[in-house]
Amino acid sequence: MTRPMPEITDINRPYWDGLAQGELRFQRCDGCGHAWLPARTHCPQCLGARAQWQVASGRGQIVSWVVYHRAYAPHLQDQIPYNVAIVALEEGPRMLTNITDSATGEGFAIGAPVELTIEEEDGLHLPRFRLRA
Amino acid sequence: MTTLRGKTAITGVGHTSWGKHPDRDRLSLMTEAAAAAIADAGLEKGQIDAVLVKMANSAPSILWGQKVAEALGLQPAIGLSLDQGGAACTGLATYAALAIEAGMIENALILYADTPRTGSRAAMHRPRGDDAVMGWYSVAAGYAMLHRAYRETYGANDEDFGIIAVQARAHGAANPHAHLRLPLSMEEYLSGPLVVEPMRRDDCCLVSDGGAAIVIGATSRAADRSRAVPVLGLGQGQESWEVHLRPDLLQTRAQASAEMAFRMAGIGRGDISFAQLYDCFTVTVLQTLEDYGLAPRGQAGARARGEGVGVDGWLPLNTSGGLLSESGTPGLQLIIEAVRQLRGEAVLQTPAPRFGLVSNQGGTMHTHATMILGEPQ
Ligand SMILES: [Zn+2]
Repeated sequence: MTRPMPEITDINRPYWDGLAQGELRFQRCDGCGHAWLPARTHCPQCLGARAQWQVASGRGQIVSWVVYHRAYAPHLQDQIPYNVAIVALEEGPRMLTNITDSATGEGFAIGAPVELTIEEEDGLHLPRFRLRA
Repeated sequence: MTTLRGKTAITGVGHTSWGKHPDRDRLSLMTEAAAAAIADAGLEKGQIDAVLVKMANSAPSILWGQKVAEALGLQPAIGLSLDQGGAACTGLATYAALAIEAGMIENALILYADTPRTGSRAAMHRPRGDDAVMGWYSVAAGYAMLHRAYRETYGANDEDFGIIAVQARAHGAANPHAHLRLPLSMEEYLSGPLVVEPMRRDDCCLVSDGGAAIVIGATSRAADRSRAVPVLGLGQGQESWEVHLRPDLLQTRAQASAEMAFRMAGIGRGDISFAQLYDCFTVTVLQTLEDYGLAPRGQAGARARGEGVGVDGWLPLNTSGGLLSESGTPGLQLIIEAVRQLRGEAVLQTPAPRFGLVSNQGGTMHTHATMILGEPQ
């Protein structure tokens, strides 16, 4: 079994196109300035329908992280142990990602600064992060 | 302002055995539980005029409430299936109480059954939307994010989580109904295999087949007032945000839910005789104790270890074993144990309980509901 692929829609296409072009994009509301991910048609704060895609600086910090010791799908069997982390971008949006420095989370800490590194796998461009000194 | 306090009561409870039911389906398990609960309430089947079902976790289904009512041979005034995750059974009790007090119905049957043990566990292992491309799978992982945040933020140690599992397993071992009657020592907990780190095997609840049901009716019309357990407080609060989008991982709308329930019940935190808290994972119990104002932030585990959460402890907790030892079923077993305690019929009976607290919650603490029950009058 192969990895799952994201469902690309008219709503989230700019996000995935951005990653393929080497940039991490998020949405910012024209009306109230709120910034968010994942992609939505409407601002979850003011419910306005006008927003712009902006390019993130790529800097953020770790909010929490876990290390999978169990494979919940066949294609993950040869990947365990691996980490999944929550990263808060400095612009505000939060996302689930992987930290590339250590599969098992050595040296990770809540609040640790990280920076974007986009990695290509199976034709997908994935937004990952590495620890920043 | 009118209040629901004490207007309705849980008049009947019933459940199947917990564990494996390879030869049964959900309707079969629910029918057995329903018959037991209706008999326990001293009612005839035809007196049930609401069939309220929590949607089955492992088999979401259209018109599920109607399938269940058909199996029970009922044409109720109200029939529905609710999806509020693990908060749904207490949510249903809330809507039942409102409809009874409004004069729309007289006796509501609330049911749940599922067969994830012998059937499919896909719901628990599922890919989580587009984030599955990052390896984001399973229900457990969301709670592991909370577990990590709790540990790191408060400097909590493994034993603070372990006490919840160890105590639940001690209670389950004493409970003849429990799916898992195997006591757990702290040493065994600490040496258990990591599942999604930092969570270990014994931080995670059971996966159990089985069914349960309760009957709610007007307290004043209960067939046997001495066994009708009044519903004194009901509350809800919905966090809604996914774990990674939540501004604060360590506080949820469980706080608001508890506030609502305690306000309705008109009692304080110190009046509670015991608590049956939704223990799908150990961190959920620590966070619920703190969101409920029963322990200071970061101190629930230390308080549980220092002052005890057994029947003689500071707060008798999950006295039949909870999701960690009695049954992994999402919520009704906690209400049923609270009823038994207040009727004085529990296996591990707390001494003369007056007020019992129940939490139900679902998703990754996305949904929350609170129930406060009193002694029969
Ligand atoms: Zn806005």
